[in-house]
Amino acid sequence: MRTLAVARGVAWRTLHNVFTNPSLFIPSLLFPLFFFTAFAGGLSRVQDVPGFDYAEGYTAFQFVFVLLQSAAFGGVFTGFGIARDFESGFARRLLLAAPNRSGIVLGYAVAALIRWFATAVILTAIALAVGMHVGGSGVDLVGLYSLAVIVNAAALLWAAGVAMRLRTMQAGPIMQMPVFLVLFFAPVYVPLSLLQGWIHAVAVVNPLTRVLEAARGFLAGSPTEVAAAFGAALALAAAFSIWAFRGLRKAEAAG
Amino acid sequence: MSIFADQVFLLARRSVVRTIRQPANVVAPLLFPMLLLAVNSGGLKAETRLPGFPTSSFVAFALAVPFIQGALFATMNAGTDLARDIQTGFLSRLSLTPMRGVALLAGQLGGVVTMGVVQAAVYLSVGLAVGVRLESGLLGVLVLFGFAVLVALGFGALGAFAALRTGSGEAVQSLFPAFFVFLFLSSMNIPRNLIETTWFRDVATANPVSYLLECVRSLIIVGWDGEALALGFGIATAIAVVSLALASWALRVRMART
Repeated sequence: MRTLAVARGVAWRTLHNVFTNPSLFIPSLLFPLFFFTAFAGGLSRVQDVPGFDYAEGYTAFQFVFVLLQSAAFGGVFTGFGIARDFESGFARRLLLAAPNRSGIVLGYAVAALIRWFATAVILTAIALAVGMHVGGSGVDLVGLYSLAVIVNAAALLWAAGVAMRLRTMQAGPIMQMPVFLVLFFAPVYVPLSLLQGWIHAVAVVNPLTRVLEAARGFLAGSPTEVAAAFGAALALAAAFSIWAFRGLRKAEAAG
Repeated sequence: MSIFADQVFLLARRSVVRTIRQPANVVAPLLFPMLLLAVNSGGLKAETRLPGFPTSSFVAFALAVPFIQGALFATMNAGTDLARDIQTGFLSRLSLTPMRGVALLAGQLGGVVTMGVVQAAVYLSVGLAVGVRLESGLLGVLVLFGFAVLVALGFGALGAFAALRTGSGEAVQSLFPAFFVFLFLSSMNIPRNLIETTWFRDVATANPVSYLLECVRSLIIVGWDGEALALGFGIATAIAVVSLALASWALRVRMART
């Protein structure tokens, strides 16, 4: 109960900060919409490349990537807030006041999820409004959004671990850059089978590739590599939860 | 050396030294455009199989992007450094000396242009190292550097204008997403004639960044394309003239305030 009470308090405060401060909320909302516009609008001709076989079209193909990207960056942007809390001294007071400190990480994770949910609703509504085809059933879509939720949690736990170790806003690029690289070293623009050379080799071993391919399969109604995708996403979340909680211990030790 | 040239030299040297002393300001403009080039040239290589795509090498097609993206970083660096000068009171102290305002601007932009040339040399070297060959030859390399100087000057002056008007580094930094939008809504990843979505093609056609990209791209993959060069140099010159005029005006206003 103590954990949940702390988590609720931290989540409420984080969400209040985000939703009452346009400079925090608007970028995390606009960036996915912008990428969706630039990729789905500008590169739609890519679906004419021989071998491009995604039945639902290029808008749906890019929607899945941008949805997962928004989930990941929803976690990272919340990580920026954790770093800001440490820099301002608020997190130190929070560590003193919280009867169960694990609730702090849980609270930030809940906030990251709700924050991303707002973005996902708007992104989905816009994608449907511009005519995105959805071939998957309700169950498939639950699979798609479940993968995005796990990606959101994994990214938040990664960013929280960095923020709690470095405790400064200057750690922002360290939180952001690896996530950016993992996202863009997956098959962003074309299916994996059309990638060539070094990017194909990197994409094959990139765990996010499984997630992206499975998520695209869910949207098209032809799920593929589901077990591998959930396995990879859950493994990332589990590994980063250890990373985040060890970061919390380091922050406690730093005083 | 005349007093004016001496002032410009000293301030330009200060601008370059200050940039070099902040590794993030040197690494970011070199690393991020190269990273984006690597990601896009790998991921979009399949695009070269589209009928009408102008080259079989996507790296050659995409090599134009770092030149323009680097200029955006120049804008941010020039603006942020100048804003810091305003915030720390350096500009106020400078205004008490006999230094001419135009020397401050020229010095600041001299540093930006120097960094622009270094960036262009790195981008071109990376391109050559991965097998890109300029269709326009050695003379094209010289024209490319001239264009890089002009673009760095124009965007640098724009950053200086933003800094002088706002006096805030954060305000200058907030321009970056706006410039990023211009970059992504251009012919950055696909030739305009191959853009299928009508509204996107119209936006890209109206976007001046498309012509800056196409100017650099023409030197790399076409050779000597008079129209692309005229449009690119014309737009870059217009940006430079307008930005310099705005920055000079903003400097006069700022100096009057201090």
